[in-house]
Amino acid sequence: MSIKVVEGKNIVRDYHVGGGLFRAQRTVHAVKGVSFSVDKGKTLAIVGESGCGKSTLARIITLIDPATSGELFIDGNKVDIARGGLTKEMRRKVQIVFQNPYGSLNPRQKIGDVLGEPLLINTNKPAEERRDLAMKMLKKVGLGPEHYNRYPHMFSGGQRQRIAIARALMLNPSLLVLDEPVSALDLSVQAQVLNLLADLQDEFQLTYVFISHDLSVVRYIADDVMVMYFGEAVEYGSREEVFSDPKHSYTKTLFAATPRADVASIKARLAKKKAAA
Amino acid sequence: MALLDIQNLVVEFQTASGMFRAVDGVSLHVDEREVLAIVGESGSGKSVSMLAVMGLLPWTAKVTADRMSFNGRDLLKLSPAERRKIVGKDMSMIFQEPMASLNPCFTVGFQIEEVLRFHMGMDGAQRRARAIELLTQVGIAEPAERLNSFPHQMSGGQCQRVMIAIAIACNPKLLIADEPTTALDVTIQKQILDLLVSLQAKYGMGLIMITHNMGVVAETADRVIVQYKGRKMEEADVLSLFESPMSNYTRALLSALPENAVGDRLPTVSDMLFEPAPSGAAA
Repeated sequence: MSIKVVEGKNIVRDYHVGGGLFRAQRTVHAVKGVSFSVDKGKTLAIVGESGCGKSTLARIITLIDPATSGELFIDGNKVDIARGGLTKEMRRKVQIVFQNPYGSLNPRQKIGDVLGEPLLINTNKPAEERRDLAMKMLKKVGLGPEHYNRYPHMFSGGQRQRIAIARALMLNPSLLVLDEPVSALDLSVQAQVLNLLADLQDEFQLTYVFISHDLSVVRYIADDVMVMYFGEAVEYGSREEVFSDPKHSYTKTLFAATPRADVASIKARLAKKKAAA
Repeated sequence: MALLDIQNLVVEFQTASGMFRAVDGVSLHVDEREVLAIVGESGSGKSVSMLAVMGLLPWTAKVTADRMSFNGRDLLKLSPAERRKIVGKDMSMIFQEPMASLNPCFTVGFQIEEVLRFHMGMDGAQRRARAIELLTQVGIAEPAERLNSFPHQMSGGQCQRVMIAIAIACNPKLLIADEPTTALDVTIQKQILDLLVSLQAKYGMGLIMITHNMGVVAETADRVIVQYKGRKMEEADVLSLFESPMSNYTRALLSALPENAVGDRLPTVSDMLFEPAPSGAAA
């Protein structure tokens, strides 16, 4: 039987904005009752445009922000960070990789320290062991021991994203939240990072929540797909279901807007242009 | 005659470790009413070559070319003052980060009118009318009110529309779009691309699209140049590029597209780049 690593039931998140002396408070409903579950070793992709609440949901799953209402289960245990603290064990289980590898690494911290820091904070491992683990992880993500003492500015975007992935994996998490991990990268580098993610998933039986607005990437990496629109999950199903038979009009719009790079659609476009001229 | 004609363009930068050659002998031409796409990864020199055409490179850059002519005028021989009369008027450019390329201290209306004042010498009322007309053209709702907005009050897509409005304000003959949609969502990307192509067709502009997105190339271009490490790898019309790419690098780029994945792994560029080319292919 498959194990559910993460499950959300009816998650709602409201933000209160404004509310100065002379102005009424406004409530923004960022996430409006979203339910989902991901099995061990699988990938759930969350798709939507900016402002649809997908990153808010990512923050809730990563236990950074509390949900306003709804229940979140990680490895079968109910978690509510609004009430009661969070154990180190829970922190370890969920890790996140952010979108912009240029902004998510401290420019004044060496790569070795970047990788050692999660261990320093969350475990009692001695320095020697932290160093060994960091070296091992560098090799896992396709970098070398010679990179241990370098600073982030000495790396390219793709390499930095590898470092961010390595940092997330240092605590041996069961769930990895990837917030647009390849949208800042070039096409060829994007392919390398996607391959790396697939390899790591096989090796560690990782579960991914993959947030993206690029449908071609989602189609490649996801098992299940959730399409979000203005805080609601308008479409949720297996990859085949969503891609072959989109139900909601927004999903159809999204498919129509994705640029096609096949020969047939180029021919169609050129023919249309000729007719117009 | 070609609108823009460049032969053997070389751009070098003075660095601490000697000269760095960012663009290495690129030749290209764009005709009126033509959409040329330049594709390549970051560092392939695609933006630098266009900045050289615009004359926007810093003084550390050394630009040489056998020929660089625009609309019959030799860009290499122009004085800076003469060049400023062309840049922004007959030839204009849209940049990648719409938020970063607008001035946060001035209203959108001021920034559009600035171009009109400098190049067209219009008076206040004319400028305002033209600015409203431009915003309507690029599809911004309530253009008259929007003239008083600051860039931070608008979304990324709207800022990019304002950038386009500034670029087409003087009816340019050539529009250079440097990754115009990279920072935007797919649905907004589609709208911006449609807008650019329709404006291009309406005014018969030459359009150069700089991008690393093969999908954008397929949706907009007539002709494509593929650049890698400052060199031109391939030049072809869009259909033959996708149907039968000649160079190894182009084939590698196309197969790295996630939608072309066969099996579990995506081929990466380095997997394919050093394989021998089939006979007849350009190296």
